[in-house]
Amino acid sequence: MEALLHQVLAGLATGGIYASLALALVMIYQATHLVNFAQGEMAMFATYFAWSLINAGMPYWPAFLLTVVFAFVLGVVIERVIIRPVENAPVLAVVVVFIALLVILNSVTGWIFSYTIKTFPSPFPAEPIFGNYITSHGGGAIGVTLVVLLLLYLFFRFTPLGLALRAAAQNPDSARLVGIRVGWMLALGWGLAAAIGGVAGMMVAPIVFLDPNMMGGVLLYAFAAALVGGIDNPAGAVFGGFLVGVLENVLGAFVIGNELKLAVALVLIIGVLVVKPSGFFGKVLVTRV
Amino acid sequence: MSRRQVLLIAIVLLAACALPFVVSSYRTFQLTMALVYSIALLGLNMLTGYNGQISLGHGAFYAIGAYAAAILMEHFGWPYWATIPVAAAVCLVAGFLFGLPALRLEGLYLALATFALAVSLPALLKYHHLEPWTGGVQGIVILKPDPPFGLPIDADQWLYYFTLAVAVLMFVLAWNLLRGRMGRAMVAIRDQHIAAEAMGIHTAMVKSMTFGISAMYTGVAGALGAIAIQFVAPDSFNIFVSIMFLVGIVIGGLASISGAVYGALFIQFVPNIADAISKAAPWAIFGIFLLGFVYLMPTGVAGAVRMAVARLTRKAHNQPKS
Repeated sequence: MEALLHQVLAGLATGGIYASLALALVMIYQATHLVNFAQGEMAMFATYFAWSLINAGMPYWPAFLLTVVFAFVLGVVIERVIIRPVENAPVLAVVVVFIALLVILNSVTGWIFSYTIKTFPSPFPAEPIFGNYITSHGGGAIGVTLVVLLLLYLFFRFTPLGLALRAAAQNPDSARLVGIRVGWMLALGWGLAAAIGGVAGMMVAPIVFLDPNMMGGVLLYAFAAALVGGIDNPAGAVFGGFLVGVLENVLGAFVIGNELKLAVALVLIIGVLVVKPSGFFGKVLVTRV
Repeated sequence: MSRRQVLLIAIVLLAACALPFVVSSYRTFQLTMALVYSIALLGLNMLTGYNGQISLGHGAFYAIGAYAAAILMEHFGWPYWATIPVAAAVCLVAGFLFGLPALRLEGLYLALATFALAVSLPALLKYHHLEPWTGGVQGIVILKPDPPFGLPIDADQWLYYFTLAVAVLMFVLAWNLLRGRMGRAMVAIRDQHIAAEAMGIHTAMVKSMTFGISAMYTGVAGALGAIAIQFVAPDSFNIFVSIMFLVGIVIGGLASISGAVYGALFIQFVPNIADAISKAAPWAIFGIFLLGFVYLMPTGVAGAVRMAVARLTRKAHNQPKS
């Protein structure tokens, strides 16, 4: 029982990180109905940016904030320059563009920073909290995720810009008619997603260490999380993230062994897609034939 | 096929046969790998180009084919040539089975599911209960086959001819399949799946069968690739193998048989040249080419060649008769 509790709490900690990245995926899905395969690499790139700032002597939190801003700008620029031309293109073209983005970010990072693994600092104290049950970084990561979720909720619920974003995502044509610049709203959505991804990257880097391929597994769990929660529902994605984190840890520790942890994500993704594509909290899509 | 096309193919084949005698044995090995990739790309192109099902996970079937060949040779002492049909059969079944749930997934979601398959594959191959068979992280080392019947060529050259023969067979089969009922059904489903169904095409059957055949092609390529490289290990089958195949079909040309050859030459030789700049350069170049082709030349090299040929011949026809 002790061990189980331990694994559940550790799962919640990693789940927080999956939840942030899943949240980023949901942001882009809501705005454009696309699943961003490059989300992980964008987060990784932002994390390297943070690493260079901290290495240059900047304290953690200013570097954190600056990275969030950098990731936001990166997201906006990518949407404007790379995604925009394929906005109305067939799915295959869009997927190919995402994959191109993935390999470009991955290789450019490797080019600039080399492929050697680097350590990344955690802003939270080293000693565990709650009597050894959870590392303080894990607890901090959960806290950061919840704060991000709260901020997003406040932004979308109570600001005019948030309302405009929601309108642009829900009904682009009508939104355009009332004077919302839908194109820029999409770019804004991408920027927000990239910023959230950057936060996830900085939270996961102290655990998995910094290297250009660090997000591969995390992205997979984030996909699973977003799908489980319903890919169009931000709160669902956060729930999915925690659920996937706990499942991964508990199953990995007691049932299938650590090697098959990634298979949990694979099974979840395929299982959810086949059995209940809308996830737990997603809207059921009905298409007219 | 027109007579000119037949002639052209004959010339290309003759040149392909002569090549191992004029280039070094390392180049011969590279050409062998290009042939291997062309088979894999042909398989992926059937699925993605002709049938419109996006797969980001064909590296998985490539790996299954490679491991099937390696395990049969290592643990059962099979000769290398006998492993190819088995690898084909295993991948046909695996692809068909994966294609069944994939029926319910469209476009983006299929890409997502296959992406997940490709990312988690190395971890599955390292699974310790399979280690007696797969060799775990260490992988399996296999021996290079010697040329049979006392032929006066070295092992690299023999392997090249063997691969060439298999590739020609696979291309002829694919050409036959794609211009027949099955191929038309595949394209019809890609373009208008509701209309296709209304015309009496068994959509589910054709789609999962296409998945199976496509996986079979990639599996054959995997088996040949394992024999050529003489080594299989989990980490050589990461997500980037699948992405490389995607690069190959997009650059070679979607829904085109000859595109598989162009794409294979591209993914085999461009990294070789780019490696001189930086370890990261090949992938940066792959990425930039991917973007460039999607924006500027969605029909790939094959489309560009088609267009160039059409333009040149039209000019020739238009010339006033003297």
